[in-house]
Amino acid sequence: MSSMQDSREPTFIGKRTDGTMIRRPLSPHLQVYDMLQMSSALSISHRITGVAWSAGLLLMVWWLVAAAAGPGPFATATWFLGSWLGLLILFGMSAAAWFHTLNGIRHLVWDAGHGFAIPDMYRSGRAVLIGTAALTVVTWLVVIIAWG
Amino acid sequence: MATPPVHITRYATPLARVRGFGAAKSGTAHWWHQRITSIALLPLSLWFVFSAAMLAGKPYPVVALWIGHPFNAALLLATIAFSAHHVAAGLQVVVEDYVRNDGAKVAGILAVKGLCIFLALLSALAVLRLVVVRVLV
Repeated sequence: MSSMQDSREPTFIGKRTDGTMIRRPLSPHLQVYDMLQMSSALSISHRITGVAWSAGLLLMVWWLVAAAAGPGPFATATWFLGSWLGLLILFGMSAAAWFHTLNGIRHLVWDAGHGFAIPDMYRSGRAVLIGTAALTVVTWLVVIIAWG
Repeated sequence: MATPPVHITRYATPLARVRGFGAAKSGTAHWWHQRITSIALLPLSLWFVFSAAMLAGKPYPVVALWIGHPFNAALLLATIAFSAHHVAAGLQVVVEDYVRNDGAKVAGILAVKGLCIFLALLSALAVLRLVVVRVLV
């Protein structure tokens, strides 16, 4: 008799055809799953870009607080954001934000019950990737024009 | 060799489970809030990212006056509030999925929510301060 390690364990219990209980396995995991399919690759990318964007919001907080604190702190914030490291982070952040936004729309369409057929799913996935690239380029064109 | 069948008895009636919103205790509220905030954040994110891009390299007074403008300030406060709610809900699911130990899981969720609330209040106060400063200058 072992004690329960995981609060989700009762939900793993299933029944064999002979009526005996069995502990059902977890969903397919990294070792047995082909991660190069667009379906699973974009799915985990949605989570990764969501977490990345959450961390990126710290930059927005810093930017707002620095602006409220005065010219000195604001100069420090813009110095970092305008440095190579800052620009690299902001570029990655913009790509992550547009991917999460566009793939989020894809999720909302799925939530409404549309686009589940495999060809549709691949088409919308490609549209998200192309849209992410396009919006990221447009965003940085705006930055370059505004800065110049 | 076969293990004897295990009988699971539920003392709560199905109606009681429904009234208590089942095992999660909150029904579909979390899922629904994440969708509502995501829809609100679609136009707000577009607006914020392109506004921030257009403010690149602008001198301090321009940026401070832009943030303090009532229209921008209202949209910034909405962006802050919806972002904090959406991030808290999203990171909560990440913690629930990857943290196994129940104590650490609860601590992680509370830390995520506390941090989101603190940073949202901090950002909102910064915006409101610039609104006041804009009126005074």
